[in-house]
Amino acid sequence: MTLSITHTPVYCTDLDEALAFYTQRLGFEVREDVPMGPDMRWLTIQAPGDPHELLLSAVDHHIPPADREIMREIVAKGDLAVFIQVHDLDKTFESLRAAGTEILQEPVDQPYGVRDAAVRDPSGNHLRLSQPLAAQG
Amino acid sequence: MVYGPGMAVSELAHLRRARDLMDREYARPLDVPAMARAALMSPSLFARRFREIYGETPYSYLQARRVERAMSLLRHGGRSVTDVCMAVGFTSLGSFSSTFTRLVGEPPSVYKARDHSRLAPVPPCMTRAWARPGWIAEPCRIGEAMPAGRA
Repeated sequence: MTLSITHTPVYCTDLDEALAFYTQRLGFEVREDVPMGPDMRWLTIQAPGDPHELLLSAVDHHIPPADREIMREIVAKGDLAVFIQVHDLDKTFESLRAAGTEILQEPVDQPYGVRDAAVRDPSGNHLRLSQPLAAQG
Repeated sequence: MVYGPGMAVSELAHLRRARDLMDREYARPLDVPAMARAALMSPSLFARRFREIYGETPYSYLQARRVERAMSLLRHGGRSVTDVCMAVGFTSLGSFSSTFTRLVGEPPSVYKARDHSRLAPVPPCMTRAWARPGWIAEPCRIGEAMPAGRA
């Protein structure tokens, strides 16, 4: 059996803010943006050349009403994370910083073979960026 | 769930930023007034709110962060306990040793001497969260530090 991951949800407190962040600051592209009434929007993005989609999920849309307040708090408290590999970590990081992104960790070579850094997306998700050390020039 | 009256997303975000400040700048001398400024709150309101949403005081979060960083440095070897103590923001070896021992369950030198190879395949930010004192209910032995046969 061949398996692959197609969609990974990223919970956001504001979809438009999230969309602007992931497309303008990181270079993701919109794959699907389908309004489905006042309470639902199917919004997926992907990195150029990567079939794996991130499903930008509003905390108000994609989970049952009873759990929305809890989900909003979990996201805003900063307890969730997204992991992304980038081609040039330092360049990406500097452009994120220049755009005013909240910084969690400066780029650093890790003993386990990657250079990584961390920022917050506008909702508060911990966005972990890494680059394999071997790929550096 | 309501954490006190009117805990809006913006207020949660301010508290998160103060916590991020500790995660980022743990090696600096940080105190509650400095953290409260990052959260745009008075020190007393900040301390109360922080505890409401993160379940511990800002000071205890900061100490745990420092100890968790110390654990990482000790695992990856090459540095003395004294070096590590200073690198993570403690100012005295005595308070480092006693805080470390209280949170981890054994002194830094004993922790450093262990074989930590079991953790090698785990992404470090998971190790960090998992190893973080206070993350789990038990003292932070995270399996690897358990006596052989108990893990």
